[in-house]
Amino acid sequence: MKTIYILWLRQIKRYLRSRSRIIGSLGQPLLFLLALGYGLGSVFQKAGEGNYFQFLVPGVMGMSIIFTAIFSGIELIWDRQFGFLKETMVAPVSRVNIMIGRTLGGATVATFQGIIVFLISVIAGFRPYNWALVPVALVFMLLVALLFTALGTAIASVLEDMQGFQLIMNFLVMPLFFLSGALFPLDGLPAVLLGIVKFDPLSYGIDSFRILLVHIANFGLGVDFTVLALVTVACLGVGTYLFSKIQI
Amino acid sequence: MDNIIAVKGLVKKFGDFTAVNDISFDVKKGEIFAFLGPNGAGKSTTIKMLTTLLHPSGGSIVMNGWNPVSHASDARKSFGIVFQDPSLDDELTAAENMEFHGVLYGVPAKLRRERTEQLLKFVELWDRKDNLVKEFSGGMKRRLEIARGLLHHPKIIFLDEPTLGLDPQTRNHMWAYLQELNKTEGITVFFTTHYMEEAARIAQRVAIIDHGKIVATGSAAELMKQTETQSLEDAFLKLTGNVIREEEANSADRMRQAGRMWRGHGRR
Repeated sequence: MKTIYILWLRQIKRYLRSRSRIIGSLGQPLLFLLALGYGLGSVFQKAGEGNYFQFLVPGVMGMSIIFTAIFSGIELIWDRQFGFLKETMVAPVSRVNIMIGRTLGGATVATFQGIIVFLISVIAGFRPYNWALVPVALVFMLLVALLFTALGTAIASVLEDMQGFQLIMNFLVMPLFFLSGALFPLDGLPAVLLGIVKFDPLSYGIDSFRILLVHIANFGLGVDFTVLALVTVACLGVGTYLFSKIQI
Repeated sequence: MDNIIAVKGLVKKFGDFTAVNDISFDVKKGEIFAFLGPNGAGKSTTIKMLTTLLHPSGGSIVMNGWNPVSHASDARKSFGIVFQDPSLDDELTAAENMEFHGVLYGVPAKLRRERTEQLLKFVELWDRKDNLVKEFSGGMKRRLEIARGLLHHPKIIFLDEPTLGLDPQTRNHMWAYLQELNKTEGITVFFTTHYMEEAARIAQRVAIIDHGKIVATGSAAELMKQTETQSLEDAFLKLTGNVIREEEANSADRMRQAGRMWRGHGRR
């Protein structure tokens, strides 16, 4: 337990100390909120879909969570590069606990980024339809964060250096985000695209945020929870396995 | 004297390549032992096997009474290690790095604080304990790593090229600390170095490994006598030849290289 706690604490401390990282990682979501939220708002309205800003905020929260979460997982490569990983690997603690502590820490940080985007949106005029459901949304945010931190860690465990990082951003994170329905409604999508969207775990996360914050549903909260929970367990399992195979 | 490390017939193969080829040696409790060899001779591989980071392909290791493969946790509690490259968290303070280590090694909170204070004072970093490690110089980082490696009262401390890139002042200080600890706490010191005069001066016994084989063991004086040379350096060259060894950069080396570039200021 103490091992998990100290590894969690380390991630939190590192996060709170890198202000430039906090601010830097908020730039992109804010740009999406402002440029798309206001830019496409009138078109969306004319198409009879309602308020685009309200629609977009849960999607951008999801975006901020997935980017931060995968990045937190990938940070493992940095620890390898800067040698710190060796310190944990020769310690008399199980690798499973190291993996769990790291993942919880990364997921907490990612959830926190999602909360910041939520708060900024509220200041910019976003109104959740029922404030009582916001804490429930928080649980789903944490779940999404866990999933993608574990995925990031799993990938980082098999990458040897940072050269694969760009590859992951372009061929994994970006598609996961753009094909998740974060930016567009799912009704009326071409069948092929809809099929891909349904394959993307982030779609279910964003659906759950929308259900709980703006009362727009696609899959339903039960389906969302089941899919997210199953994929999270799978990613944690694979991540732990790959992490335990790391050789230094 | 008892042996704290006993290695018998140790082998490590990577595919077809035999990095460590049937080596045997002992390290006595409380001695300062130098493990020498040219680049690529099998030093690092052997240290990794001793410190549970690699599993041997054959042979046996007994470390403080434990087998590093079957009793990894017990073996790990027995030693502290200072790696060739820094393994501190730059974004944490010196005290936080100590705290982190203490928790991982299950040192009780009270003892952790006392020992941290004692060791940081010992390596003259106590007044810098709340500074972030990224503000430290190479020598300060090295001292902090030594203090950290000793926090859990290990029986053995491994040092992989601990003085590489340090100026003579820092180097002498560092060895003074270690010799002092060796005397007062009876801790066994196992180190590698490319500075032969250092090995001759500090180590009570040395082992020389080349091409995965141990080619000689004994005190510096014994090796000089055996090879009829005047210095350990000459003895070393006579035993291992004059050919320069080219080591292919493995992924870890490449990353270290990249790491140095990222940091902008390496230890070298």
